[in-house]
Amino acid sequence: MAEATEFKAIGTRPVRPDGVDKVTGRAQFGADLNLPNMLYGKVLRSPHAHARIRRIDLDAARAMPGVHAVVSGADFPGAQHGEIGGEGGGDVADVAKNVMARDKVLYHGHPLAAVAATSQAIAEAALAAIEVEYEVLTPVLDLEAAMAPDAVLVNENCFTKNLPEPAEKPSNIASVMTLARGNVDEGFELADVIVEGEYRIPMAHQGYIEPHACTATVNESGQATVWTCTQGHFALRTQTANILDMSVADLKFIASEIGGGFGGKTVVYLEPVAVMLSTQARRPVKMVMSREEVFRASGPAAGSCAKIRVGAKKDGTITAATAWLAYEAGAFEGAPMGPGAMCVFAPYDLENFRVEGFDVLVNKPKVAAYRAPGAPQSMHAMESALDDLARELNMDPIDLRLKNAVAEGSQAAYGPKFPAIGFRECLEAAKAHPNYQKPVPEGAGRGVAAGFWFNAGMESSAEVHINEDGTVQIIEGSPDIGGSRASMALMAAETLGVPYEKIRVLVGDTEASGFNNVTGGSRTTFATGMAVIQACEDIIAQCKDRAAKTWGVDADQVEWEDGQAIPAPGVNAELKPLTLAEIMKTAARTGGPILGRAALNARGPGAGFSVNFGDLKVDRETGKVDVLSFTAIQDAGKAIHPAYVEGQMQGGAVQGLGWALNEEYIFDGNGVLENPGFLDYRIPVASDMPMIDTQIIEVPNPSHPFGVRGVGETPIVAPLAVAANAVRDAIGRRVHDLPLSPPNVLAAIEEG
Amino acid sequence: MGSFAYVAPKSVAEVTGLLSEIAGSGSRAQIMAGGTDVLVQLKTVDRSARTLVDIKGLPETARLEIGESETYIGAAIPSAVLNENADLTALFPGLTEAADLIGSTQIQGRASIGGNLCNSSPAGDSIPALIANGAVCVIAGTGGERVLPVEDFVTGVGRNALADDEFLLGLKIPNPGPRTGDAYLRFIPRTEMDIAVAGCGVRLDLDEQGICTAARVGIGAVAPTALLVPKAAEALIGTAVDDAALAAAADACSEAASPISDKRGTVAFRRKIIGVLMKRAGAIARDRAAARS
Repeated sequence: MAEATEFKAIGTRPVRPDGVDKVTGRAQFGADLNLPNMLYGKVLRSPHAHARIRRIDLDAARAMPGVHAVVSGADFPGAQHGEIGGEGGGDVADVAKNVMARDKVLYHGHPLAAVAATSQAIAEAALAAIEVEYEVLTPVLDLEAAMAPDAVLVNENCFTKNLPEPAEKPSNIASVMTLARGNVDEGFELADVIVEGEYRIPMAHQGYIEPHACTATVNESGQATVWTCTQGHFALRTQTANILDMSVADLKFIASEIGGGFGGKTVVYLEPVAVMLSTQARRPVKMVMSREEVFRASGPAAGSCAKIRVGAKKDGTITAATAWLAYEAGAFEGAPMGPGAMCVFAPYDLENFRVEGFDVLVNKPKVAAYRAPGAPQSMHAMESALDDLARELNMDPIDLRLKNAVAEGSQAAYGPKFPAIGFRECLEAAKAHPNYQKPVPEGAGRGVAAGFWFNAGMESSAEVHINEDGTVQIIEGSPDIGGSRASMALMAAETLGVPYEKIRVLVGDTEASGFNNVTGGSRTTFATGMAVIQACEDIIAQCKDRAAKTWGVDADQVEWEDGQAIPAPGVNAELKPLTLAEIMKTAARTGGPILGRAALNARGPGAGFSVNFGDLKVDRETGKVDVLSFTAIQDAGKAIHPAYVEGQMQGGAVQGLGWALNEEYIFDGNGVLENPGFLDYRIPVASDMPMIDTQIIEVPNPSHPFGVRGVGETPIVAPLAVAANAVRDAIGRRVHDLPLSPPNVLAAIEEG
Repeated sequence: MGSFAYVAPKSVAEVTGLLSEIAGSGSRAQIMAGGTDVLVQLKTVDRSARTLVDIKGLPETARLEIGESETYIGAAIPSAVLNENADLTALFPGLTEAADLIGSTQIQGRASIGGNLCNSSPAGDSIPALIANGAVCVIAGTGGERVLPVEDFVTGVGRNALADDEFLLGLKIPNPGPRTGDAYLRFIPRTEMDIAVAGCGVRLDLDEQGICTAARVGIGAVAPTALLVPKAAEALIGTAVDDAALAAAADACSEAASPISDKRGTVAFRRKIIGVLMKRAGAIARDRAAARS
């Protein structure tokens, strides 16, 4: 990282390249594609949360006029077990069974057949004509029931992984994990004060507005093209290929614009089904989930139970901490227990700690990623406990965190030593912030909490083409979910010395771009950005060559400055600088078109820390909580496009507050979701929220040329505990469980 | 979307004749004004085939008339039209605020309080406010017109007193006196775009000394139908609508409620909340009445 941080393009706030089409309605989202002769695909979903499929009869549906394809689990090849990497990770065989049930249905809404027909009405009638005989089984619906020794089993072949001794009998606990350092018993002995608590958070939805949608068409030679709204078309191609036992070469995936994902659009639901239906029908098949299907059968964030114990000396030094963390995986293993366990103590420099994590099967939809998966749940518990500790010690909550905060060189609770990080800078900025100096308004309480996320690197590729007039075309393969086209263009503008307006960015399909892993893990600006920068450096090297040829000098006698090749000092001063446009004019004579490229596995993503605080008012007669003000402070390393960094911080704050205040999956006793829509699944509306104040801290990430850290996920982590701590402050009692909905808060007030 | 036929008759007789004919043939008709409930139901809840009878085009359902002693609001008039009528909002601030809570601004361009009443949801926001205001339904049928107090109109969840050949023409509401105030408050977990967990409408008259001489209280979302609560009114009449009287009226509302526990709230929570709303709406109605004089 160069010391000089005077940037020309980076840090400015230009309009995003995709903005106009999005606000005028021209942008094509998942459901916008229509093809000639297209059929409509619909999914038959289980009416039971747990049942064995005794018999399934598709004949009547197949015989209906207008029905061109009918598939069920038997039509899908059995996928081999294998890891899917990245944020939408999991086991391929599990994802396959989640896409289409085989012998058991494992949650209400689990797909077990699908049809393609000439109209949606015919498709629905065909679904109704499918006969299924179920043996209804008792559903396993909560962590206690699932973890009990004599529990009904969601999966009879699930043996707990990572036990000291191999498990002898099956269990709903899919895996366990332990992280420990020092001796917690001795640590607690040294403590003057010990706080503890048990915290529960129900499943929550990411709240993306665009439902899952795709269109697939398979030609007579078996080559498929799939248009889909996704955070990662390469990852979905890999998953689809594995599930259908196809070569990725026979699958072309095209990512549409995306109306939100937040982690929830990193796995397949419809794509393999649409390909299979189109294979049978030999016609294009479009599938669009209803909102209800999105809620019932795509992946929410895991429900959780966290037990936390923290001991500290009178001066605030934490002497020991333990965490017991259980996460609901849904019907298949893969709850974000690992990251939750690794994050829970990550911001603090602890000598003695122990974390136990449990990944637990229940008869609910298979969970998916949601911004910083696992961290909001575990850190809500820890940050609540620290708030209790600050009260016991009569310490400012920021001072307590400063006393224990990790810094460069600290050994993270999850293993590595931190390089340069900005946690202390965030804490100090919070303490000095004018909003923190203001008195808490009458009737309100103030909450403070910290947030953390590792961020990810992973694989990215980019190409940069210089057009004949010197303008620039970038081709990469990371779906733009948060303004990344703008960030790529800014980093290219900075590197090449070309104005932002002369750069275009294409998110290429799987045939047009090199491999890019999902837009997830807050990795795109960091990792794909790094590929773009390297591809631009490749361009510069080639341009210097071309200039050298033109001038008849050696390449090392050419330098690149402000978007031009210039002679190095001491070289013939008569030579006039050559702009990109001028180099391109003679490119045919100096070697042909100019194309730069880079492909990498980005390392050192740079941990992201945040400190948030807010004032929340509680109506003591109704339990209703209003957010009066909220301040988000976060280390972005270097904000490439500050407006979009602030947007991430504000969006994460609102999603975190929504999760804290009113969002929850409400299941009845049979495992049927009672609120599968935005009326009773209450994400905040605009008028629920104040303007979220932001402050970007910039402690450069030493692993990135411009110092970038991922910023997409950390913002959702702290707000849950900010809300809980503010309500604690306002009503004088801690409400341990979320959401802090009016009935729950009123009950706590009345108990007090 | 369920399949449907659509007709838009031009006279009351045509509507009632059609309703009678469709009922006689064993088919189903459904009256539509703005369609903001009807279309959602047809798309998601009940897709059975029906004939939608659009009554927006009738003069009787589109008429808004502020008379000497009473106001007539046609059943199909969109909420937005009511909310933007300064004379009406000055006379019935509570009722028009209730209309302003139904859906979003865009929805209010179509949604009517007549439709809100005929949808007959326990949580309909306009219903407690209409009950508090002593509103009377004007109903047309093949046999002519009849009137029915709003509190007697809704008979159960999604059910009402309309016969197969009848539909709602409009609502007649007695105009406020010199010291009358009304108010409607609902409780939702958010600020807008939500459905009432409980709702309370209050209208009261004060004398020159500020003593309550008449009162009506309507409550919603805490029983299968919105209810008139005479005991709450009795607790206010003869008082200065002070804290003690409001607390007594609140208790009467909590007692009159027979709520259910569901995803939107528990029995205990709703009982408590309806009382809180009574106190708050009562105080607003009192202050409005005092301010008017």
